[in-house]
Amino acid sequence: MRVCVVGCGAVGSLFAANLATLDDVEVWAYDLAQAHVDAINAVGLRLTGAGEVVGRLRATGDAAELPACDFGIVATKAMHTEGAIAATAHAFADGCVATVQNGIGNEEVLALHVERVIRGTTFPAGKITEPGVVQWDVKGETTLGPFEPKPAPAAEIARLAEACTRAGMPTTAVDDARGPQWRKVIFNAATNPLGALTGLTHGRVCERPDLRALASRLVDEGKAVAAAQDIELDSDPEELIDYAARPDVAYGHKASMLQDVEARRQTEVDFLNGGIAGFGQRLGIPTPTHESIWALVKGVEAAWQQ
Amino acid sequence: MTRVCVAGAGVIGSLFAAHLARVAEVSALTRRPEHAAALREQGLRVSGRGDFTARLDAATSPDELPEPELVIVACKGTDLEALAARVADHWPDATFMTVQNGIGADEVLGRHGAWKLLTSVTFMSGTRRSDTHVEYVLDTATWIGPARGTTPDDARAAAQLIASSGLKAEAFDDLRPAQWSKLIFNATVNTVAALTGLPHDRHFASLAAPADLGFLVRDLMDEGKAVAAAAGVSLREDPWEMNVHATQRGSAHYPSMLEDVEAHRRTEIDMITGALVREAHRLGVPVPLHETMERLIKAKEESWQ
Repeated sequence: MRVCVVGCGAVGSLFAANLATLDDVEVWAYDLAQAHVDAINAVGLRLTGAGEVVGRLRATGDAAELPACDFGIVATKAMHTEGAIAATAHAFADGCVATVQNGIGNEEVLALHVERVIRGTTFPAGKITEPGVVQWDVKGETTLGPFEPKPAPAAEIARLAEACTRAGMPTTAVDDARGPQWRKVIFNAATNPLGALTGLTHGRVCERPDLRALASRLVDEGKAVAAAQDIELDSDPEELIDYAARPDVAYGHKASMLQDVEARRQTEVDFLNGGIAGFGQRLGIPTPTHESIWALVKGVEAAWQQ
Repeated sequence: MTRVCVAGAGVIGSLFAAHLARVAEVSALTRRPEHAAALREQGLRVSGRGDFTARLDAATSPDELPEPELVIVACKGTDLEALAARVADHWPDATFMTVQNGIGADEVLGRHGAWKLLTSVTFMSGTRRSDTHVEYVLDTATWIGPARGTTPDDARAAAQLIASSGLKAEAFDDLRPAQWSKLIFNATVNTVAALTGLPHDRHFASLAAPADLGFLVRDLMDEGKAVAAAAGVSLREDPWEMNVHATQRGSAHYPSMLEDVEAHRRTEIDMITGALVREAHRLGVPVPLHETMERLIKAKEESWQ
């Protein structure tokens, strides 16, 4: 089996390094960070923290070098999906492409370029500490299922899930992967921008009753949009919010969107609040709070251009 | 000459004090002794729309100032309680005019003394250059109306005095239509600017793409208009048209709440959006978007504490 990880940032690296430990899987990584690519090719891709792994794989920033692959795993930031899949689609002419990205709307972009798409949601997290080295912070489940308009065959989804699980990334293949995806996007859209707009950590957002109620307003709008698509959430995002606020979980965690705002990097808000608002509009479900939050975060990004 | 005291010599107070010093006997009540000393020694310079230096008296205690006939209370809304406490028991015959953003400033002040009150809303703006130098940026008008114990004639007299000093001023028999127009405008523009970091510029009127700020701005203003309607106030100007007009001029004004947030100061959210939300709750009008903005600003204030 040949797998190409498209976008070898922290999450992509977790998949790439773990899969590379399997004898029957050949792993490629496509990434535009040349120092990271060079380090991977020179000494391998090293994970530390939640697991100690050194994966031997081929990395490249030149999509023309990619061979035909059985699977793609797309792990770029959501706003880079279009560019990344447009460059690499030729490698997946006969393969299947999974997304493990944040937000909603990524599958739709992949489907413009490739024929067989896998809807995915992943919870593991980490960060690149230096080129070729990733700190693995959080282990967690991954769920894969067909992207209904352009589905990958169930047997192929099961084959990828089995390989990931065997490599140390527990992955479940399901018939309908929308439940976990919408639970995660609702959680992220209800909490990340509140941190990003106020500067507060997740725990401090939840300690303010007025902000916690605002998060619930966002959750309720997201749930209504999910329900209009007959999506059954696999668990309640409210529970995830309260769980994450515990001191021993993520009380002091700065949401990735807050980290992006502090570093003046473009955020994933278009695929979180913007994604929910977009689905809401198509389905006729009002999402005024998501629309407001979306506009405010886009305004924050616009202010950097001044 | 009329004796005028300007209480609070920030940007707006300084613009009033320097201009009025040309037609009245002006004193400034400041918070910091060094500010008062600098004003006494160097005078107060205005640049921008005009360039002159005014001489005036200044002190930190009302006891050290001549008793005025008119007091222009020009401190920020966040400082109003403290300032009112300092002038309580002074100048019982003077008329006090509030110029704070939002609504309700005359009521706050009125709890500290039995003075005659005028209420006003100002659209002029400037930039503080130093304790003794203010740049006059927007020469838009100050609107004045009667409040407790005053008549439309009192408002007209104050407007005439201010207009004779070179500033623009207009008197109204009832200020509420103008005050509410500005309240809705400010509650929207200040909070959006403070949360995004954008000055009041073309983004605020843009309706091109789904996430453009113009939609949020318009929705916030529509909520405000519903509150005004429920309060029986017919607005003098449509806040959305004020917004489009202001941003089409190509200028990019920095609303005070944005400056407060960037300086990690407490904002006037309680007097502006807070006042609107309180009125909305009292009248039973839903304002979920203004509630959202109020919560986000208050949480942002907490982040630097």
